[in-house]
Amino acid sequence: MTAAAKRPQRDGPTLWLARADLQTLVDVLWQEGYRVIGPTVAQAAIVYDEIRSVDDLPRGWTDEQSGGSYRLKRRDDEAYFGYVVGPHSWKQYLFPPRATVAVADRRADGWHMSGVERDEPAFAFLGARACELAALAVQDRTFLGDDYVDPIYRARRERAFIVAVNCTQAASTCFCTSMDTGPRCTGGFDLAMTELPDGFTLEVGSERGARIAAQLPNTAAAKDTLARADSARQQAVEQISKHLDTTDIRDLLLNNLEHERWNEVATRCLSCTNCTMVCPTCFCNSVKDVADLQGDHVERVREWDTCFNWDFSYMNGAVVRDQIRSRYRQWLTHKLASWIDQFDVSGCVGCGRCITWCPVGIDLTEEVAAIRETAP
Amino acid sequence: MSTGAAVANPWLAAPIEIAGVTPELAGVATYHMRFRDAKRHAQFRFRPGQFNMLYLPGVGEIAISLSGAGGLGGTWDHTIRVAGNVTRALADLGPGGSLGLRGPYGSWWPVEETAGADLVVVAGGIGLAPLRPVLDAWLAAPKRLGRCTLLYGGRTPDTLLYAKQHARWADAGVDVQTTVDRADVGWTGNVGVVPLLLDRIRPLVPKNTVLLVCGPEVMMRYAVLSGLARGLAKEQIWVSLERNMQCAVGLCGHCQLGPAFVCKDGPIFRYDKIEPYFDVEGL
Amino acid sequence: MHKPRLAVFKFASCDGCQLSLLSLEDELVALAARVDIAFFLEASSRVEPGPYDVALVEGSITTPDDVQRIRQVRRDSKFLITIGACATAGGIQALRNWADSEEFMRAVYAEPSYIATLDRSTAIAEHVPVDFELRGCPINKEQLLEVLVAFLAGRRPRTPVHSVCLECKRRGTVCIAVAQGAACLGPVTQAGCGAICPSYDRACYGCYGPSHQPNVDSLAAQYEATGVPREALVAGLRGSFNGYAREFRQASDRLASGGGAEESSS
Repeated sequence: MTAAAKRPQRDGPTLWLARADLQTLVDVLWQEGYRVIGPTVAQAAIVYDEIRSVDDLPRGWTDEQSGGSYRLKRRDDEAYFGYVVGPHSWKQYLFPPRATVAVADRRADGWHMSGVERDEPAFAFLGARACELAALAVQDRTFLGDDYVDPIYRARRERAFIVAVNCTQAASTCFCTSMDTGPRCTGGFDLAMTELPDGFTLEVGSERGARIAAQLPNTAAAKDTLARADSARQQAVEQISKHLDTTDIRDLLLNNLEHERWNEVATRCLSCTNCTMVCPTCFCNSVKDVADLQGDHVERVREWDTCFNWDFSYMNGAVVRDQIRSRYRQWLTHKLASWIDQFDVSGCVGCGRCITWCPVGIDLTEEVAAIRETAP
Repeated sequence: MSTGAAVANPWLAAPIEIAGVTPELAGVATYHMRFRDAKRHAQFRFRPGQFNMLYLPGVGEIAISLSGAGGLGGTWDHTIRVAGNVTRALADLGPGGSLGLRGPYGSWWPVEETAGADLVVVAGGIGLAPLRPVLDAWLAAPKRLGRCTLLYGGRTPDTLLYAKQHARWADAGVDVQTTVDRADVGWTGNVGVVPLLLDRIRPLVPKNTVLLVCGPEVMMRYAVLSGLARGLAKEQIWVSLERNMQCAVGLCGHCQLGPAFVCKDGPIFRYDKIEPYFDVEGL
Repeated sequence: MHKPRLAVFKFASCDGCQLSLLSLEDELVALAARVDIAFFLEASSRVEPGPYDVALVEGSITTPDDVQRIRQVRRDSKFLITIGACATAGGIQALRNWADSEEFMRAVYAEPSYIATLDRSTAIAEHVPVDFELRGCPINKEQLLEVLVAFLAGRRPRTPVHSVCLECKRRGTVCIAVAQGAACLGPVTQAGCGAICPSYDRACYGCYGPSHQPNVDSLAAQYEATGVPREALVAGLRGSFNGYAREFRQASDRLASGGGAEESSS
């Protein structure tokens, strides 16, 4: 059981938050000491950044996505959450791209090693999608699930408050229904909303969520409101067109490590790292030493790294995965197959980011299908 | 989500120092290590086959197998060949040198688990280092149920590790068989690759034999094949694998080999567990 | 204790990379305490003869005299580090390598006969063995410091060979190739700059040269398929300061000769 899934689900009624009261939710979260992070328009995309006002949200904007292409578009309404997922994920807040994890100082009697005192922020994530809740649960297993845990992730994850927002539309790159992760948010949130033109239905998913909800001007959602929310969510289900056949996918991939398709995809793959960087579950990292010129003070800095980096598998003067073929194979087999051995869950949540943000539009669902079609 | 106890920082190293250095071969030495904080000595335990992360601030950190239980006033030993930045800097440090330790980590050779079986220790070159604690454990056992054979090979006679101890091991009951790829004047032992030495074990009782293998990947591959050809089951063969280990605790992703994190699922694998991934180019 | 003797040499270049050394303001005093700066004309007129423990070489080889001089520098230097796109790839002046340099001379100089020049601008490593190449136009001063610290510590420098994309992602920059359709060279360009251009909505133009094993053909095919004219791709690859770096050169030559990703191996 992951941490998120263990949170109690309240059986209370679904609430109704009028559109005009969304700002109150943002305000209450800040008042409660949370740093509210949510969607906003920047750099020609809907990214995650600090949200102070509902005016920071991407009101009236949506995204059009396909392999290797993302375009911001105007909506014909004023929806706050009328987009799918963007280039960012919550990963960057819980597992920061760069962090000092230890320091070493040389003194007269030799090296002294110490940790770093950190006061980790409490984030409120506003607008987490179902696939993103699944991704958090996947990273929980990586960083919290074994004997050794990541202290930064743990501190931030425990403090984080999650306001999920159900998808009411899907991109051509979405395949959460194949991975059984969405589009409906079913757990792992403190609050979950479904946006309608005049407001939001509000589900409470935890005691903390209940405390925040109690500070909002809300009423029980009316029956017809619930029906409207159902049909809004159903729209997302119906728009999902991409499919990944996961039948025996672990054995399919691990039994085909020498498949010709790996050579073929290597002619297209840039090994540029984009897919792994936008992936909300990829966790590979490297720690390097940053020393002053005297070499007496050394910081151990952890950075996002990726199996697509050539020297990631460096060992004894040689690189194990010396070809793009090997590196793409490592990524895909890890994500969809060996992840299951390691963490008892797929590493893929079907968000489609790796498809959209691949500069040459490589689609992992097509790669798997090609291997499945021609597997011996 | 677990709460309560403070989370140990997996990246925090403990200060240690080099108690002494025993030269072994050209470019290879055994480092006898101890904690700077003497109180920690008594707490340090490891199993044969496990490794430590040795950290030289500003230079880097490497995974090194434990090769013994501490000579020259040390608590434990590492036998290390100078090969890169960290090993060179370590060689330059010398006795009294200060560095950091994380560990011990990883899986171990099934010495206790296979008590009673005939142990066949197959090593190539510096691959004997992580297997020496197996020999130490067998020699120290109060009651020896099975036999112990060491099949050890190197390129030339001067690449054979712990040569002075071979006779001592033999005197104490280990069947020591050595071989080299190329002999020199004065070499009276075998010539040829290590796996061929399996034929010298008489009698080899497949049912009651455990093969523990560490060395270059090509040598391990042939040792495994030789073992299988002589009737051993995959479950009776154990190999030591190596990948780029950074965090050593399964959090960084570097050391993956198929489904395994070599740092925590290995470095010692029962062959049947790793077979599909053992010999895949570039995996 | 013997302080390593450092020398800085210049060939055909703009001096910008040497300035990166001078702009290490905070670290320069500490550096001067660790090394003896024996030859650095940009900084001091004090000139001491070789041998040098470490030489930083800026600039490309463009004249017959350069060819002789770099050989002497190599003889005088135990450890030779080339710095910058000119020294590691021929620089922007390598544009001449696709043209008629005599025609250039006739156009520029009243008396071309006074000019002794080679018809190609080439990297230092094409003439003498180089111990380490530090890329960039200009080089990154933190990377230069890392190279010097590594030299003093007797280890290999830790400078990344991966793409600019990783730097964009670590700093949260949205991919401008995907979100804006820009013909960004980031996916095939080596990191080191900190991914400055994409953070200002400008496509990477390859200042740090090809990343390790860059798949330029695939990227070019994608950009061509999305409407970027082939001539623009060729000009983009060649007009980068690293146009004559092997992988960029080969890719632009294939594109210019009518080939493409489909008929070449990556």
